[in-house]
Amino acid sequence: MLRTALRNVFAHKARLVMTALAIILGTAFVSGTLIFGDTAGNAYRNVSAKNYRGVAVLVTANEGIRAPGDQHRTALDERLADKIRALPGVASVRPSATGYATIADKKQRPMGEEWQSLGADFTPGKDGKDSRYPLTSGRGPAAADEIALSTKAAADGGYRLGDRVRFAIDGPVLTKKLVGTVDTTDPRVTSGGTLALFDTATAQRLYSGAGSFSEFSVGARPGVDDVELTERIQRMLPEEKASAQSGSELARIQADEITMSTRSLTKSLMVFAGIALFVGAFIVANTFTMLISQRRREIALLRAVGASRRQVVRSTLVEAAVLGLLASVAGFVLGLGVALGLRPLLNSTGAHLPDGPLIVEPASFGYALVIGVVVTVLSAWLPARRAARVAPVEALSEIDQAPAQRSLVVRGVIGAVLGGAGVATMFYVATKTSSEGINAGMAGSALVLAGAAVLAPLLSRPLVTFAGKGLARMFPASGRLATRNALRNPRRTAATASALMIGLTLITGLTVLGHSATLGVDKMMERQGLTADYQVSSEGGWGLGKDAAGRLSAVPGVAAAVPLRTVGVDLGSDAGGLTGTDVSNLGKVAGLRFTSGSAEAVRAKNTIAVSEKTAGERGLRTGQRLKVTYNGDESGAEDEKPGRAKGPKTATYTIGGIYTDNEVVPKAFVSLATIASHVNQPSLANERILVKAEPGKASGLADKLRSALGSNPLVKVKDQSVLRAERSGSIGDILNMTYGLLGMALVIAVVGVVNTLAMSVFERTREIGMLRAIGLARRDVKRMVRLESVMICVFGAVLGIVVGGFLAWSGGHLVKSSFPAYEFGLPWPRIGLFLLIALVVGVLAAVWPARRAGRLSPLESMGVQ
Amino acid sequence: MSRSAPFPTSAPFPTSGAAAPVAVAARATELSKVYGQGETRVVALDAVSVEFRRAEFTAIMGPSGSGKSTLMHCMAGLDSLSSGSARIGDVELASLNDRELTRLRRGRVGFVFQAFNLLPTLNAIENITLPMDIAGRRPDQAWLDQIVATMGLSARLTHRPSQLSGGQQQRVAVARALASQPEIIFADEPTGNLDSRSGAELLGFLQESVPALRQTVVMVTHDPVAASYADRVIFLADGRIVDELRGPSADAVLDRMKAFDSKGRTN
Repeated sequence: MLRTALRNVFAHKARLVMTALAIILGTAFVSGTLIFGDTAGNAYRNVSAKNYRGVAVLVTANEGIRAPGDQHRTALDERLADKIRALPGVASVRPSATGYATIADKKQRPMGEEWQSLGADFTPGKDGKDSRYPLTSGRGPAAADEIALSTKAAADGGYRLGDRVRFAIDGPVLTKKLVGTVDTTDPRVTSGGTLALFDTATAQRLYSGAGSFSEFSVGARPGVDDVELTERIQRMLPEEKASAQSGSELARIQADEITMSTRSLTKSLMVFAGIALFVGAFIVANTFTMLISQRRREIALLRAVGASRRQVVRSTLVEAAVLGLLASVAGFVLGLGVALGLRPLLNSTGAHLPDGPLIVEPASFGYALVIGVVVTVLSAWLPARRAARVAPVEALSEIDQAPAQRSLVVRGVIGAVLGGAGVATMFYVATKTSSEGINAGMAGSALVLAGAAVLAPLLSRPLVTFAGKGLARMFPASGRLATRNALRNPRRTAATASALMIGLTLITGLTVLGHSATLGVDKMMERQGLTADYQVSSEGGWGLGKDAAGRLSAVPGVAAAVPLRTVGVDLGSDAGGLTGTDVSNLGKVAGLRFTSGSAEAVRAKNTIAVSEKTAGERGLRTGQRLKVTYNGDESGAEDEKPGRAKGPKTATYTIGGIYTDNEVVPKAFVSLATIASHVNQPSLANERILVKAEPGKASGLADKLRSALGSNPLVKVKDQSVLRAERSGSIGDILNMTYGLLGMALVIAVVGVVNTLAMSVFERTREIGMLRAIGLARRDVKRMVRLESVMICVFGAVLGIVVGGFLAWSGGHLVKSSFPAYEFGLPWPRIGLFLLIALVVGVLAAVWPARRAGRLSPLESMGVQ
Repeated sequence: MSRSAPFPTSAPFPTSGAAAPVAVAARATELSKVYGQGETRVVALDAVSVEFRRAEFTAIMGPSGSGKSTLMHCMAGLDSLSSGSARIGDVELASLNDRELTRLRRGRVGFVFQAFNLLPTLNAIENITLPMDIAGRRPDQAWLDQIVATMGLSARLTHRPSQLSGGQQQRVAVARALASQPEIIFADEPTGNLDSRSGAELLGFLQESVPALRQTVVMVTHDPVAASYADRVIFLADGRIVDELRGPSADAVLDRMKAFDSKGRTN
């Protein structure tokens, strides 16, 4: 029997490849993900190990919020360094002055992310080199006007040795001459950041204050316990002004973070691998069902000559196992490629994964094999049992007769129960507004999907018949023949379409969720009335001087530039943010609607406008007097970096008006003159400035705005679309990545369609021959196959879109709990696109089977020669 | 069902070519068909010349391997010729490419095969009108009704092939061949899978369609009884026409066949 099974595997190589492809892609995904996880983890660990190599203790200065120009010093100075050096067991102390420096590239755009733009001091030894920052060109900075950059930052920015580098730290633009480039192992820099180096005195002036440092890296002598050393050093430090951490603890913290982030990444990739395998299982089950119905006579003969039912089952399963094994090995090889490709793919979506060698653990190979074989054998299980039911007498029957169609009643009942339970669950979930329904939502979605897959054969009849009517009108002969062929075996049609349905359910569901979130943000922006074209802000509020708004409004094409300054205040009872702004122009950048009073009234000094919500909470009315307490600290203002309030602690203002809630001025606002005496620090003058362009001048204004502020790299100019994207989170990015990954499931589904069509053409050889004999042209034969393929694909797509849309509608209520702006909406153009893709996929999947069908000659295929 | 007059003699149908009773529907001239090359070379037809006259029922007989099926396939545009000429009406088949041959089969030729005549997914009437559907033509409803009634299929039109008996299936096939009013019908062992009663019934239909509809029928068979329904029997052996019989009886045909058999054995 084993020999029979093996012969069967190798008898039809093309079919073998097609079936195997479904498993190959699934296992490739699994092993690729595993290998990628190991590789990324290893690369991270290498980077972090390098980063803390030789650091036994790290002493860090605890700095408060420091404003530019503050003449301050940290507690870490040379004297303390010497004291630590004198401790037994300490081999070296390296003091450094570090902070952030945002570098502008040659085009005046800031480079890197905020927290990845590092600045530090270059500390040369006697040979003029700094072991922490090995030079790649030039020399280290040695004077106040010199700077060195990380090699990649210099290259990306377009800077060469001798150029003047523009950068900013906490205020105005600075320029220094580039004298060298260096390498670094700091993970923040190696994963896409920048590094600027200064000589020690300059770095101290910029960061930690003259004569003091921001951190000490302490090296220990061999055999010294770094935890114990840390405790001893900690005792020497001035309380609250500095803290010490052991190198092993730092490395552990970093390692934990790495493991967590790579694990969550691997986990979400595994979900896609699971989907791919699930879809693949459908294809395998379908293929084996078709194989067995083709081989009925052969199986009957085996039974007639004495093979037992069990032997028939076993032979089929052995065939599946061999197929699964071969496919898994091929899948593993392909998985290596997947693992290599994932890093650039993920990096392109903003993940900064470090470089490293490919790590192939034997376990990855083992998992791929086991999963591939198990999935294949399980998928072949039901078809194999069906094979065993073939009666020996069928071998003797004269005429090839297709087995009678089993009734779909049982299936209908099961499907209705599953689907009904799922739909009911989802309706229940739809009534939930908090995330507590998430488990019910998952279970309901799975039930709905399972129900749809079980019911698909029943649904295929009305849907395909309906589609067929239109097709028969367009293509009288081939259209009708294709429709009848698609209806001939509803189970086969449905199983093939189900693979596509699953992929499209997920894609549609996610698209609808994403669309609804974006729709919500759009409506929210409309409601909350941010009508400005640009928002100008800066890192930490630095870089926008008092005159910034004036300079921006002088730019040609700008209608208004409205500064916003928010300070933390007590409005009556609890904390809130009070915004000082250009009251007369505020209406140009924000859709302000007053329910009582007017903006004009607020222009006067010591009058205030409060939002409806604030007024409602405290029972305020226009004309009332309101006592405002300036907190003098950062509490209250949400999402804004507050200025430090000085001057009189309390003030009493007249309420000049109450306005409908507005995102731009969430709680209350006053004129700039009113708030001026409470915000003294010049650098904190503005948190942000909203810019409204003159009609038709909005596009391309960003660069002009930036240069009006001296092209300071700290300045950020965001247009409407960026602001919108910020509010809808990274849904767009996630969606795009998901499309890519679910594309895999789609490819597997297409393989299934090709497989089914090829089998159908093979089974219908005689019919096609007869059709050719009585005058069906090759072209029409091909069209017949193509139309059947298109019908299967569009049927799967329609099911998937309906199910996906329903799940997104019901599950969307869960999203609403954490994303209140969410508003359900159907992205019709996208849905139309999906249908179009299904159509194209149908045409493409039919290319090869249709060509085969077209090549059949009437005489040969009717078996008359 | 009366076997005596399935078709009304005063036919309401167009009877083209009535003015030329000896017109030729199809003709083979020096028709040869060779398979393979060198040692495996087999001459299936060796310079066969034959005419099939309009409104005549011709049976082609011969032992297996005699080339009778090949002759039919070549004449019907299902197989290519090695040399010589095959014409249907005034169309030379050798000059046609695959697409033109397909169109010729669709428009001017009717087929009845031994088995697998019908598409299992289409019901009886859909199978009958299939060639017209393929050609994008509307069937002549009166003609269709007449044929269906004559074939005794009126009550079975919405049945799928699997719900019809073998005889009924073959009658549907004959109805399909007649429905498109082809110039010539080729039947390949049409009764091969039928019991003798159903076979006789089917042959009766074919026979009587010839004078009634002025239909030309060419039938390949190895059954002397089937051949006896024809107006004329052509005997093939080794790719050549060896004899011809007009107005045959089953016994006469059988005698001739026996003669060839013994000749073949003595060879």
